[in-house]
Amino acid sequence: MKGEPAVLTGQHFLLGDHACAEGALAAGCRFFGGYPITPSTEVAELLARRLPEVGGLFVQMEDELASMAAIVGASVAGARAMTATSGPGFSLMMENLGLAVMMEVPCVVINVQRGGPSTGLPTLVGQADVMQARWGSHGDYAIVAYSPASPQECFDLTVKAFNTADRFRIPVLVMADEVVAHMMERVTIPPAEAIPRVERKRPAHGPEGNGFLPFKPDDDLIPPMVHAGEGYRVHFTGLTHDERGYPALTAPAHDRLVRRLVDKVRLRESEIVEYEEYCLEDARVVIIAYGSTARSARRAVGLAREQGIAAGLLRPITLWPFPEERVKKLAERVRAFVVPELNLGQISREVERFTSLPVLGVNHAGGAMMPPEPILEAIREVAG
Amino acid sequence: MSTLIAERHPSDSLFRADRLPHIWCPGCGIGPAMHAFAQAMVESGIPLARHVCVSGIGCTGRVPGYLNMDSYHTTHGRAIPFATAVALVKPELQVTVYSGDGDLFAIGGNHFIHAARRNVDLNVICINNFNYGMTGGQVGPTTPMGARATTAPFGNYEQPFNLPHLAAATGAVFVARWTSLHLRQLKQAMLRAMKKRGFTFIEVLAPCPVGFGRPNDIGDAMEEMTLYRERCVVDPGAPLESLGIDLREKDHPITLGNFVDIERPVFDPLAMMRPAPENNAVGKRQEGQ
Ligand SMILES: Cc1ncc(C[n+]2csc(CCOP(=O)(O)OP(=O)(O)O)c2C)c(N)n1
Ligand code: SF4
Ligand SMILES: [Mg+2]
Repeated sequence: MKGEPAVLTGQHFLLGDHACAEGALAAGCRFFGGYPITPSTEVAELLARRLPEVGGLFVQMEDELASMAAIVGASVAGARAMTATSGPGFSLMMENLGLAVMMEVPCVVINVQRGGPSTGLPTLVGQADVMQARWGSHGDYAIVAYSPASPQECFDLTVKAFNTADRFRIPVLVMADEVVAHMMERVTIPPAEAIPRVERKRPAHGPEGNGFLPFKPDDDLIPPMVHAGEGYRVHFTGLTHDERGYPALTAPAHDRLVRRLVDKVRLRESEIVEYEEYCLEDARVVIIAYGSTARSARRAVGLAREQGIAAGLLRPITLWPFPEERVKKLAERVRAFVVPELNLGQISREVERFTSLPVLGVNHAGGAMMPPEPILEAIREVAG
Repeated sequence: MSTLIAERHPSDSLFRADRLPHIWCPGCGIGPAMHAFAQAMVESGIPLARHVCVSGIGCTGRVPGYLNMDSYHTTHGRAIPFATAVALVKPELQVTVYSGDGDLFAIGGNHFIHAARRNVDLNVICINNFNYGMTGGQVGPTTPMGARATTAPFGNYEQPFNLPHLAAATGAVFVARWTSLHLRQLKQAMLRAMKKRGFTFIEVLAPCPVGFGRPNDIGDAMEEMTLYRERCVVDPGAPLESLGIDLREKDHPITLGNFVDIERPVFDPLAMMRPAPENNAVGKRQEGQ
């Protein structure tokens, strides 16, 4: 049976979820472990057909605990690996997300946000997992989370997520939402050779001889990664460990390790952070919006400008790390921030941390896309 | 003149000597069973670099960390799905999950039954010490009826699992039970498991003098071993449903043996992409129709 190629070069009309799946394939993902859940199921369904066609492995696991554990296992064996889920499943993945952080195992998790808490609104949009994405697993860690606002970005950011994961040896999240995941738009897939690819850093020497330290970082704080079966005889553990990978259960060892795990990302934030700006040059009021809500915010900017209010939009593409430097810079010359989001105030708190200007949240708990009107109203309110 | 004292133990290279001393209590049954595993790896003829050991959390979960091989100490209960993916991505590897009764059958029970059902190419070795050793002797899904544990102060009133029966019923192709006293038979069973493709399961009864022996007036490790020796009968043909363990009745045997050794198709996510008759699609379309 001959199917389509891994990289579906060309112009397509794609569902956001399908664009995530195509992005994964184009990035070289060859293992998917997942459990069906609305509104992310279409990612799994497409990969169930597409992965085997390109020699990849699709496994529908018994639950999301297993799914997350499996992608970490697949990755230590050398595969680019991914799962896709939504709210309840994302909660179940948290412990092993921490395992990936601690073992420094690259992998990608797509979370298509729906209304929560609990089963909430299974088929309807939400953006309330944003703080869970940042802090959901126990302990301190750094994370990278992308927020696509269109099917094209579902494709592009999934590719990018794999590269960021491999570069930093971290789990990377793609925090889509139901509206973006279930909308169909044009998606351009470049030729295979034009798909950006960042490889995992690998050891400079083979396994011969003693003294290889699998968790000894280079100057960039990232240790080269060895895979199962390569002869290095490595130990990976979720316990606090030393450079040999051996458990080291002391306060100094813990502080050293956790700081490195955080710093390897934090010190490179400027290379990771991404955002899009719209009409910011002369803006007096800045909307900060992401995902599907950013689409309404863009419309609200237009409506405000028609009424003579200099509004603009800052759209974080990375929710984590948050574009804090950009917010600080903008705060020097604008009047106020408006933060619409489909939750009762999560990213707005983050904005408040970087400015003393008024930050007006426009909030709805989820269930429907944010309309432009309440955003416009908030702009008018702060514009005075 | 020959040297009387060997500088290195013959199996030194199998262990991470730089990690000693280990964390286990004197008399713990995990160590001897680990040694049997190390010997089985050597005797398997499969190069050590192709063996991988994965564990969950617990005293038993520390086993891979002491073995000089690719080893992964994962989260509580999740060794099997982690190992499943390792085995699928690198089918040339010999992947063994080595973990405790609580890890594999309480928090991780769901993964066990599904991996057995699928017949994933994994060897699962469970050290059954009848309790949660690492957390200090709590009751677990294999604690015998009546036994005391820190969270069963009046005695356990829950029916425990009969592990070989469970493993066989859910699809394991090789099922055995031995104790940390029957090391030769245990090693042979491990070797058999390594030779087999598919999901194999070995239960190893092992003393935990701290968490189980003392609170149950069995005594220290020697006495727990004596109890096993006196109660154990080797009967590979015993009906699987008769393999439950009940320590209350003096004449209730602890049955040991290699109970199941069968063949069935091994889990292969690409099975349906292979030409028929290798795949077993329902309602196959006729060629040329
Ligand atoms: C999610 C989670 N819950 C609880 C624990 C605490 N815990 C650590 S080991 C263990 C039980 C281990 O028992 P078993 O698997 O029988 O291993 P043993 O120590 O007896 O070898 C528990 C409950 C944990 N580490 N993680
Ligand atoms: S608590 Fe029990 S299982 Fe754990 S090391 Fe001690 S004797 Fe062994
Ligand atoms: Mg136990």
